[in-house]
Amino acid sequence: MSQLQGFGGFQFDLLERNEKLKEKGYQVPTARKTGTTIVGVVFQDGVVLGADTRATSDTTVFDKNCEKIHYIAPNIYCCGAGTAADTENTTALISSQLKLHRLNSGRESRVTTALTLLKRMLFRYQGYVSAALVLGGVDFYGPHLYTVYPHGSTDRLPFVTMGSGSLAAMSVFESKYKDDMSRAEAEQLVYEAISAGIFNDLGSGGNVDLCVITRGHTEYMRGYAKENERLFRKPQGYSFPVGTTSILSSIFEKSLAHTPSVTDPESSFSMAVD
Amino acid sequence: MGDSILTYNGGCVLAMAGKNCVAIAADRRFGVQQTTIGTDTTRIFKINDRLMLGLTGLRTDVITLYHRFVQRLNLYRLREEREIKPASFSNMVASTLYSRRFAPYFVEPVVAGLTEKGEPYLCAQDLLGAPLFAQDFVVSGTCAESLYGTSETFWKPDLSPAELFEVTSQSLLAAVDRDCLSGWGAVVHIITLDGIETKFLKARMD
Repeated sequence: MSQLQGFGGFQFDLLERNEKLKEKGYQVPTARKTGTTIVGVVFQDGVVLGADTRATSDTTVFDKNCEKIHYIAPNIYCCGAGTAADTENTTALISSQLKLHRLNSGRESRVTTALTLLKRMLFRYQGYVSAALVLGGVDFYGPHLYTVYPHGSTDRLPFVTMGSGSLAAMSVFESKYKDDMSRAEAEQLVYEAISAGIFNDLGSGGNVDLCVITRGHTEYMRGYAKENERLFRKPQGYSFPVGTTSILSSIFEKSLAHTPSVTDPESSFSMAVD
Repeated sequence: MGDSILTYNGGCVLAMAGKNCVAIAADRRFGVQQTTIGTDTTRIFKINDRLMLGLTGLRTDVITLYHRFVQRLNLYRLREEREIKPASFSNMVASTLYSRRFAPYFVEPVVAGLTEKGEPYLCAQDLLGAPLFAQDFVVSGTCAESLYGTSETFWKPDLSPAELFEVTSQSLLAAVDRDCLSGWGAVVHIITLDGIETKFLKARMD
């Protein structure tokens, strides 16, 4: 049962086979990466997090509008860069641990707790879980902003950038950041930093997502700026009259969705395995 | 690409959203590199009356994973006494793949179905289970790039089941003909609240 259900942790049952395949000269497939621009900045009474929305596999854009600002807690969010599966699962795991901690303690989560859980996990995996994160939130002690590197080291700074577009974004921050900005100023600065990444880094693109966290209030602005909408499209699109495609055979299977039963999944589509 | 293990057997899957319907389509070739061995392959599996799973990649892993999911789904049904929702099933697929983060199955899954309200649900994942949600279409397999091209031009919002079938079929057939590792027949499933319509297409056999 434990083998089947899994109680957490990674499984290595395919390792030997995969190593053999590598020896035989088959390339190890590449996972989807987020060649990203993610940033964060502290302002007067909170933090603003920002991200682009491009996900790539090698040089192909696989998602033009993905979400890179992940939920950690109502008052804490986290931007992720690196291998998509790693950022997604690492943030989800820490989010669930914090939820359980809140239910046990009855207190709001603190950003430093999230930070500690994240860095402990990433350090344990020695950088092999490749998640580069920007963690931001507001708690009892005020606004906090951190970066977390894949090996588990962390920085605490008033403005941070991460991902392949981090240099472009940092150039904006270095020239325009001021202490104690207003919310509007901070939003504008983050928007400019992400835009710098979108337009100057090939791994970043799409829209600008923002997340503004203040004491007791979080505003997630998905598609804060959409400067890369599709430009050329045939007005009515292409249409294929019904009957265009030649069909060899057709089966209709009526829905039994409301009939509870343990169905045999192989009843209608048998696989050629014998 | 070259000698990637993901392209060893070939094949592709495309799923598209319509108005209260989704289509999921695949080619039917089973090959070993350049040799075609079968033209009656199933790589789209029915999960329940409103949900289907497409698996591309290494055929041995496609079959193994399908059987794992059948087992987990049967246990899920016994425990919950209901059918699984598309989002929950996506998570089941994603967590199965991510649990083998450092020694993965070589598959790229596509989950297509209708939610309880009859809205389309599409989710494609990479081999580590990183989900990609789309409102329009998702693709996977050896001609993913070509499928993106055709889908991007042919798809439009709010297609009826009959229109969606034509758009999906034409997007698939056009892309598959530019890939030697895919093709040799095709199948399209149209999922509506009434049931699943399965159509086998006449395709180029070269």
